[in-house]
Amino acid sequence: MSSSVFMEKLDNGLSIFLKEIHSAPIISCWNWYRVGSRLEKKGYTGLSHWVEHMQFKGTKKFSGVYMDRIIAREGGLWNAFTHLDWTTYYETLPANKIDIALDFESERMQNSTFDEIEFESERTVILSEKEGKENDPLSRLSTNVTRSAFEYHPYRNEVIGEEEDLKRIKRDDLYAHYRNHYQPSNALIALAGDFETDIIFEKIRKLYDPIPSNYIHNENILPEHTIQRKEEIEIHGPGDTTFMQIAYRSPAASDPDFFAYTILDSILTGPASLNMFGGGGTSNKTSRLYQNLVEKEFAVSVYGGLQATIDPHLYEITVIIHPEKKPEIVLDRIDIEINRLISSRVKRKEVEKAIKQATALFSYGLENITNQAFWLGYSEMFAKYDWFINYIDHLKAIRIEDIQRVAQKYLNPDHRVVGLYIPEKDQEVQV
Amino acid sequence: MSSDTINWKHLPGENNVSRFVLPNGIIVLCKPDFNSPSIVISGFLHGGSIQDPGDKLGLASFTSYALMRGTVFRNVKQIYNDLESIGASFGFGASVQTTSFGGKCLSEDLPLLMKTLTESLLYPVFPVTQVRKLKTQIISGLQQREQDTGEVASLRFDEILFPNHPYGRPEDGYVETVQRISQKDLINFHKRTYGPKGMVIVFAGSIEIQRANDLVYEALGGWENMDWQPPPEVPYYSPLSETVEEFIPVEGKYQMDLIMGCHGPARLSDDYLAASIGNNILGQFGMMGRIGNEVREKSGLAYYASTSLNSWMQGGSWEITAGINPINYKKATEIIINELIRFVDEPVNDEELEDAKSSYIGSLPLSVESNNGVASAILRMERFGLGLDYLQKFPENIEKISKQDIQNTAQKYINPKKLAIISAGPRSSEKN
Repeated sequence: MSSSVFMEKLDNGLSIFLKEIHSAPIISCWNWYRVGSRLEKKGYTGLSHWVEHMQFKGTKKFSGVYMDRIIAREGGLWNAFTHLDWTTYYETLPANKIDIALDFESERMQNSTFDEIEFESERTVILSEKEGKENDPLSRLSTNVTRSAFEYHPYRNEVIGEEEDLKRIKRDDLYAHYRNHYQPSNALIALAGDFETDIIFEKIRKLYDPIPSNYIHNENILPEHTIQRKEEIEIHGPGDTTFMQIAYRSPAASDPDFFAYTILDSILTGPASLNMFGGGGTSNKTSRLYQNLVEKEFAVSVYGGLQATIDPHLYEITVIIHPEKKPEIVLDRIDIEINRLISSRVKRKEVEKAIKQATALFSYGLENITNQAFWLGYSEMFAKYDWFINYIDHLKAIRIEDIQRVAQKYLNPDHRVVGLYIPEKDQEVQV
Repeated sequence: MSSDTINWKHLPGENNVSRFVLPNGIIVLCKPDFNSPSIVISGFLHGGSIQDPGDKLGLASFTSYALMRGTVFRNVKQIYNDLESIGASFGFGASVQTTSFGGKCLSEDLPLLMKTLTESLLYPVFPVTQVRKLKTQIISGLQQREQDTGEVASLRFDEILFPNHPYGRPEDGYVETVQRISQKDLINFHKRTYGPKGMVIVFAGSIEIQRANDLVYEALGGWENMDWQPPPEVPYYSPLSETVEEFIPVEGKYQMDLIMGCHGPARLSDDYLAASIGNNILGQFGMMGRIGNEVREKSGLAYYASTSLNSWMQGGSWEITAGINPINYKKATEIIINELIRFVDEPVNDEELEDAKSSYIGSLPLSVESNNGVASAILRMERFGLGLDYLQKFPENIEKISKQDIQNTAQKYINPKKLAIISAGPRSSEKN
């Protein structure tokens, strides 16, 4: 990041991050809440995501149709995302229209109505969204692998929620979830773009300062540091393609091991971009697994990655198996490469390449104001903003022996889940 | 947004985009922007799937994907090692009339991207082993496509709308047609269809204009291809004579994808802007316009329901898509047809028109926020001969569109009694 970031906290606990960028007459505004599927209890999965949907349905002051219309007619973008650890709402607008975003977001932090009819209508919309996900074999496989990789941690649940929960949840369950978590001290507002910090801060203060906060942080979530046992699961479905997904435990983003793991992933399966908006990536054809699996015609494609999360999550390697090869042979070859990482040090050249790749992908993200605003808040959801600022320096500080140590610690074949999607052409689905 | 609140001179246009034509016909366009240290290259050549033999559909795409699998100077591993070592990307693809390319890198690494472009275009060798591996990958992708309800519906929709026509055939081909393609086919296709005449290269990002022109001149200024055959004209197609309604079962799925629609205007048609604004009102504005409002917001029948206008050189399609539970099929199609009848029979109202115009104009700065967005905008202006002043004149052209223009266009293209209605997914009894 080039220019400095203004950070302030209001008396009610709301964190404010502002970054002036004057390259285009645009401002992107993000409102983050520290609530996602991680905070959902059994029987009530999907609450956070459903709340996110309802936030577009209207408040005491503004109807959903009105908000949508006003942003659209200015040529603006707005949307929201619900994740494991957080929910976020953003608007990118012409700079002189940013008051619209501030008005709407401060209003829906506290005054969304959760109309009963809208709530019921949205139930079928979300069930439809879930059905769309389940059409995808890889999505189904990933859901099953993730569930098997956690014994008790809420990360085992789908963000969208279980079907039976989605059919049972009542409007008041949803509203209570909203009121509990949508409070200034559980939120962060981040803006980047063409503004003057003093002026925009004053606007934010005026709108958000009167919102009271009585948020009680009563999280009692035990992290799951290891996958308890070796597990192999198989699901069956239509098609011609065999998919394999292997999940190992990954550390929390705030854990120093996360950065060595990122380099390890880059060497094993290729670099992954951190940017959510724009940027772009690079291919992974020179990664170790691509060379060993795809070039040797054991697989059609391979990729991997880990997510930045509060608690330990998963490092996943996904493979499309070559039609003429057996999955167990492919798994053997993957294990050979994993063992290579565990038993011998990687080359300095490979680490330097991974760092150069990360630096380039990081730079691509700077083109886009929406992406820069996203990063202001995102890193605060699982660590601190410094995590992002120092990201490249952290990678550069990784020693070769760190990568081997991380491989030994996490890539243990006795503590992983191997999932297979076996195609059954013209047959009914069996799970 | 009123047009006076945007600095239109900031948008890509005659005042900030250079255009330079090499003696061999290559057109170089450049918009410098030094706000980030990266640069995007994007462009196309004339030649594409319209030149695919009927029994080898997918040849143009296959050829384009294979260009970087080995050249006279470097093998595939060296090519990708050079790119990946610096975090750069580069790739090719084909559509009906063009073969496109694009990539991104830090500006200091631009010579490598130019080297990759030049070697791939002029000196590909299509190694047999790489062709075999690539074929397996393409076929795997096509097999996955057969399981994607949206793709299955979309393929059939195009076939119905454009029977025996280049717009109705998939650029990636079918499993059986790709199976037939050999290394020799790729070599011959490359020899016949890759040439510099009319080729366009756009640079957007951290580069001076003179450097961009010099780089292209040095790398590709001497390229000639005496064997080059320009792509043929896109043939005429007939309008739909009646509604065609088809359901394609895809077993083991949970959601149905629905595509409905008809032909739309070509990109250079006088109807294009009116159709675009009308389309915005019908199924784009805010949460997917009138269609989204009726199907998703009011009825809760779908996670998505929207419209799109796809306009090409010689024609186009006007599509409504939705993802629904199969038990809601009848209800959803009825709602959509009723909205089409309303769209054709009644003029849009003043508020809708003003909202759509404002949205179109206001979204321009956001669409060119990144180097990719800038390169795409310049490429479109060049591809369709819109003129480099197109974006800067866009607001005044949009303002001229009237309610009557939109209704006339709707009536010209949309006949609610002559639609293609294609769905793919589970049978309604399968899921419920």
